[in-house]
Parts: sequence; C-alpha cells; structure tokens
Amino acid sequence: MASERKTDDVTGVETTGHEWDGIRELDNPLPRWWLWTWYACIAFAVGYWVLMPAWPGVHGYTKGLLHQSDRAAVGHELKALDVQRGAGAAQLRTASLEQIEKDPKLQAYAQQVGQSVFGDNCATCHGIGGTGGKGYPNLRDDVWLWGGKLEDIQYTITHGVRTGAPGARMSQMPAFGRDELLKPEQIDDLTEYVVHLSNRPADAGAIARAKPIFDTQCVACHGLEGKGDQALGAPNLTDSEWLYGSDRAAIRGQIFAGNGGVMPTWGGRLSPETIKAISVYVHANAGGQ
Amino acid sequence: MPTLIDNTKPKSEANSEHGRAAVSAAARAKGKGAPTGDGLYKPREPIYPKLVHGTWRRVKWALLIATLSIYYVTPWIRWRRPEGFPQQAALVDFADGRFYFFDIQLWPQDVHIITGLMIAGALALFLVTALFGRLWCGYTCPQTVWTDLFIVVERLFEGDRNARMRLDAAPLSFDKLWRKAGKHLTWLGIAFGTGGAWIFYFHDAPTLIRTFWIGQAPATAYVSCALLTVTTYVFAGWMREQVCTYMCPWPRIQGAMLDQHSLQVTYLRDRGEPRGAHKKGQDWAGRGDCIDCHQCVVVCPMGIDIRDGSQLECINCGLCVDACDEIMSKMARPTGLIAYDTDAAVAARACGDKAVYKPVRSRTIYYTLALTAVGGLTLAALISRPKADLHVIRDRNPIFVRMHDGAVRDGYTLKITNRTFFDRRFEIAFDGVTGARLSQPGEAGAVSVTVPADQVASVRVFVTAPPDAGLAPSTPARFIARAGDVQADAKTVFLSGAANPQ
Repeated sequence: MASERKTDDVTGVETTGHEWDGIRELDNPLPRWWLWTWYACIAFAVGYWVLMPAWPGVHGYTKGLLHQSDRAAVGHELKALDVQRGAGAAQLRTASLEQIEKDPKLQAYAQQVGQSVFGDNCATCHGIGGTGGKGYPNLRDDVWLWGGKLEDIQYTITHGVRTGAPGARMSQMPAFGRDELLKPEQIDDLTEYVVHLSNRPADAGAIARAKPIFDTQCVACHGLEGKGDQALGAPNLTDSEWLYGSDRAAIRGQIFAGNGGVMPTWGGRLSPETIKAISVYVHANAGGQ
Repeated sequence: MPTLIDNTKPKSEANSEHGRAAVSAAARAKGKGAPTGDGLYKPREPIYPKLVHGTWRRVKWALLIATLSIYYVTPWIRWRRPEGFPQQAALVDFADGRFYFFDIQLWPQDVHIITGLMIAGALALFLVTALFGRLWCGYTCPQTVWTDLFIVVERLFEGDRNARMRLDAAPLSFDKLWRKAGKHLTWLGIAFGTGGAWIFYFHDAPTLIRTFWIGQAPATAYVSCALLTVTTYVFAGWMREQVCTYMCPWPRIQGAMLDQHSLQVTYLRDRGEPRGAHKKGQDWAGRGDCIDCHQCVVVCPMGIDIRDGSQLECINCGLCVDACDEIMSKMARPTGLIAYDTDAAVAARACGDKAVYKPVRSRTIYYTLALTAVGGLTLAALISRPKADLHVIRDRNPIFVRMHDGAVRDGYTLKITNRTFFDRRFEIAFDGVTGARLSQPGEAGAVSVTVPADQVASVRVFVTAPPDAGLAPSTPARFIARAGDVQADAKTVFLSGAANPQ
C-alpha cells in the first residue's frame, strides 16, 4: 500500500494513494446534491434544537421556542373532542330517559355512547354482549333482579350493588348452611322444593317436608309462590334463569352459602349523561320493562 | 406470422457506441458523466409538423371540435331532479358519494357498473384496434386532441413548419420574443381552461365558477385545476409525441391486438418501390410511385417515416395519407400510395396475389363476444338495479337470548337503502319462523322505519320466537322491507341454540 497521491491515467482523477492488489482508489468528490442535502440536514437540526424541546438538562429539558408538548396537544385534542360531542352530551343531560328512547336520533346516539362505555366498564363482568355468566346477571334477557325499567337500571348503575355506598342496592340471602341456620337435610329438602318451583320433577316427600321451612324462611323475600321481589333484589325462583346455576348442586350451594355479587357504584365515576346512555343501551338491548 | 412492429432496434443505437467513446476522459474527470444525452436517453429532436389538407385532416378537425365540445359543455347541462338534489346532468358528487349522469344515479356500491363500463370500453378499444389499428390514438386520445390544438396555436403565432424552424434557429429578437410569449400564454390559457373545466364535473358548475374566483372554492378544486393546467401545458405543449412513445402503455400492448389483417396507415411498398426523384415528363415505367418528396415525414406529428413500416411511434392519424394523396394528385398518379391498408394485403400484392380484407377473424369474434357479454351484463345490472336495498347484520354476541319463559330472541340490525328521490316508510316483515314477533328496542309491535330520500337508515330489530316453536338450532329466514311498490328482501338465519341449551 502506497501513500503517494497521483493522477489516474484513465480517468484523470487524482487518487487517494491507496492501492490494493493493483486496484487504486480514486478521490472523486462527493456528489453535490449529497453534500447540499447534508448541509440542509445540519441546518435543520440546529433549527430543531432551537425551536423544539431537544436537550436534557439537570432540571428538566430545554423547552424550545415553540413550547411543543405532546401532553398539551393531547389535552387540546380531548377538549376539542368534548366540544364536538358537546351538543349530543347536552341533549342527553337534559332529556329524560323516556325522551331519549323515543327519539330515534337521540336513541341511536345514546346506543353508540352506551355500547362503547359498556365495553370499557361493564363487559369485564357482564360480557361484551351483556350475557353475563355465573354470578353475573345476563343483561340481554327479560329477567331482572332489581327491575328492568329505565329508571331501575339507571339507579342500579348509579348506586351499585353491595358496595356499602349510600343508596346502594342491598339484598341479604342468608347463608343457611354455613351459618347453621338450617340442618343439612333441611337444605337438601329445600333444594328439592326450589327445583320443583321451576316446574321440574322433584322428590315429593322432600317437597312436603320443605314446604313449612320455605314458608317460614324464604317467603319474606322470594314470596309465597317463589316469584321473588325486585324491590328486595330477590330472584324469581319459578323461571328458567339461574344466576348461580340451575342444577341441584348449584341451588344447594346457594342456599348453603347465600352468595351475593357486588357491582361498583358508577355514580361519580361516570358522568350522569354517560350513565343515561348505558341505561338506554342496556334497556333497549334487553327485554326492558 | 410476420413481425409487424419492430421495437427491437432503437434509432439511437447506431450512434450510441460512437457517442459513448466520444466522451472524453477530461469530461469524466470533472465528475459530470456523459455531457450530452448519449448515455441512457437521446435528446428530443424537435418536430415541426406541417399543416396538411385532406380527408383525414378534415375528420380530425371534426373530431377535435366534437370531443372538446363534449368535454367543455357537458358540465353545463342542467337536469331536472327533485328539490334538494343536484340539478347538473353530469356530476361526481364526492361529498355525498353519489354519481349523477342524466337519469342515472349511482351509489358507491354500484362500482361494478362503472367497472363493467370500463372493461367494455377496453374491449371496444381492443376490437377497434384489431379491426382498424390505433384509431383511438390518432383521433380521439386527449393527448392527440390537445396536442393538435396546441399546434394550431403554435402555427397561429409562429407560422407553419418552415417559418417555425427559421424562428427557432434565429437569434432572440423582439419578433421572436412576442411570438414565443404569445404562444406560451395562449397555451397556458387553454391549459387553465382544461383544468378549469375538469373541476366542474365535481361541483355545481354555476356555483363553482363564482366561488372559484373569490377564493371560496374547495382546496381540491384549486389543486385539481392547477394540476391539470400544468399537465396539459407540459404534455401538449412540450412533451407531445414523447408522452405517446415513452409514457403511454398503450403502444406497448397494442401489438397484442394487431395482426396482419388490421387496417393501419401503411406505405404500399409494392407500389412505391423503387422510389426516387421524378422529373416532369419522365416515364413511370420500371420505377415506383414514391418520388421521395418526404411530405409524409414533414407532416407527421410523431416525427417518423411511415415508409419504414408500421412502428411503435405511429398513432395511425392519417396525416401522411393526406400529404401523399396531395402529391400523387399533383403528379397525376392514383392516390392511396400511403393508405389505411393491411400488411397482409401489401404482402399478397407483392406476390402478385389478390388482396382480401378480412374483418371477421377469430380475434375480432372473441373481442365482439366478450364485449357483448360484458356490455350486456353491465346494462342488465344497470337496468335491474333495485330502488331499495336491505342488508341484515345478525347479532353475533349474543347470538340469541333465551327469555324467562323459554322464548328465544335474536337481534338484527337492518340497513335499508332508499335509492329513490323521496322519503319512504318501510314496513318490516320476518318470514321463516312461525309465530315470531318483531319488536324494536324500547317499543313492541310492528316495526317500520322511515328512510329519507336517497339515504341509508339503520334499524335494530328483535325477533322473538314463542317458547313452543320447536325450532332447529338454525332456521333459514328472510327479512322483507316494503314501502308501497318498492320492496327489498334479504336472507338470514334465526338461531335458537335448541340443541345447545344455555
């Protein structure tokens, strides 16, 4: 490898003096356009440091002349979104639930809002389609623990169930077995009795034995015929809908332990108009009453 | 089959070897590469087409006027439609997603009709090309029409071929300056008019022509207008035949449509050769009719010599036919030395056979059949377009809901399209499940929905089957939406999950 610079005979270009195995490196200049692009990038970078937040420091970072901030930009966008949605939100705030449901346009709006908020907040327990699961009520059918009228639904969502908040829905199914209020064989008999209430074949002897127990222990909430009471949140035992399962083991377990689910108090977390929208959404897509 | 179009040998090939060698080492040393276009492309040789008179020129004038008139006038035709709808006969309404053409109104979902129309147009182009060569290129292609118009302007300011050549060669003078400036300004004016006319197809023309000047037209109008002004000016003014030769894909694929029986502008070499200058009174025996006067070359807007045979650049415009006919008449020889003829006829005559024109060939039959099929289907699709559409979106989550009494309820979202210009109230019926009851969220009873004129409305419908319906897990069913004489129906299924109880 030589280091003497000389002119290449064929091209007339000066060489760098580097040579490998007889191949000489020509000292061609960089393309002009490339250089200018590079200078422009440098100029741009300097401008960028001045205008935009760029340099980290001990106490924060340089703010730049433009005071660009992604966080602030998101804030502006959210505010703009609020303004954009303002008209619809205002209508939801002022209209009564019935008015919302009767006005096709407002109903469609409420359904859209309701569906999206339902997906974010309610679907975790009640499912995306609102069909619930064991222990979580199905919101699509026409069976309601706390009433299926628009106002009932709104109240339940606003105050929640068993949250301890003032006004929260509260029902108390005693744990007859765990708290030893009834003997195991009495619970067995009661199970047969509950099975028979929903028109399924059950042991006649057990039914006869359980009748007085039911009349003393259960009627207060579930009613003489076992049809339940929505004011107390007592389920109807004569229909085909079972929150904790319909087989004997599930029914027996429910009498034994008296489970009760908890639903959050959404008032205060969601705006009143949002709760209205969810109420309309749930009511419209279920067998609302 | 003989090769009809010889694209394999670019004209610049002969020069290029020499050209490359000529680049001096000194020029390379400066880092500038090849100094003149001897490398990858050849610089354009200016073409100065001479004005010609004759049959085909007259046809071209007529088509120029006709096509430009259609283009400029169409957006200004008014058409009566009900209140609230555009009164413009031809309108592409992007904002509302509608396309109006006289009594036809298309929705975005009718794109298959436009697709069919485009395919039929392509097939018609194939058929015409197979029969008559590139008539489209020579007479009706916008590039040809506007270039022709620009040459008219050029001739107006700078004179015909010889005057133009002199002017270009002359040093800059006031005369040259005002002629060039006048030409370019007029070109720009025409180009602006072209871009300006284009935007009227997308907006109410009388409104737009007013708002355009006061700066209140949509930005797209200004952008489109500017874009078409620039492209028209550059394509028709500066690039001309280069657009056809280098940019347009059509000359590259037309070889697949043409065969030896296609009518093309053809130099009848059987009659013309051997060519040569002819003195007055000289005998015509023993020589061809071509007197090598180059008139066919000087009038050619593509700058080619048709006597070299059919070639990629030829747009089949027939101006050389007119030029040659004029000369032949002057020489008292029969016209048609250059004519619309077929390669097969030329070859046949060269062998002493009788030339037969064969318009019915397998390819023309195939093109006709395909054109008839596509055109027929498109027309049928257009005519049988229903006035209303019904689309059913079945709830998928949950797919069904069992009620407290064992009844089963399915939810559906119906989308009803009202293609008429009037509001209509559609009554919804459900067919397929005995005793099924329809309801809408929040209210029971019969379901009906008012769909505004020319709009789509969406409605949620619940169908409840009674507990004792004894349904299969999946029952085929049908929704029917009816508003007077307008009816639409759509198939769906009613799911009950009977075999899979909750």
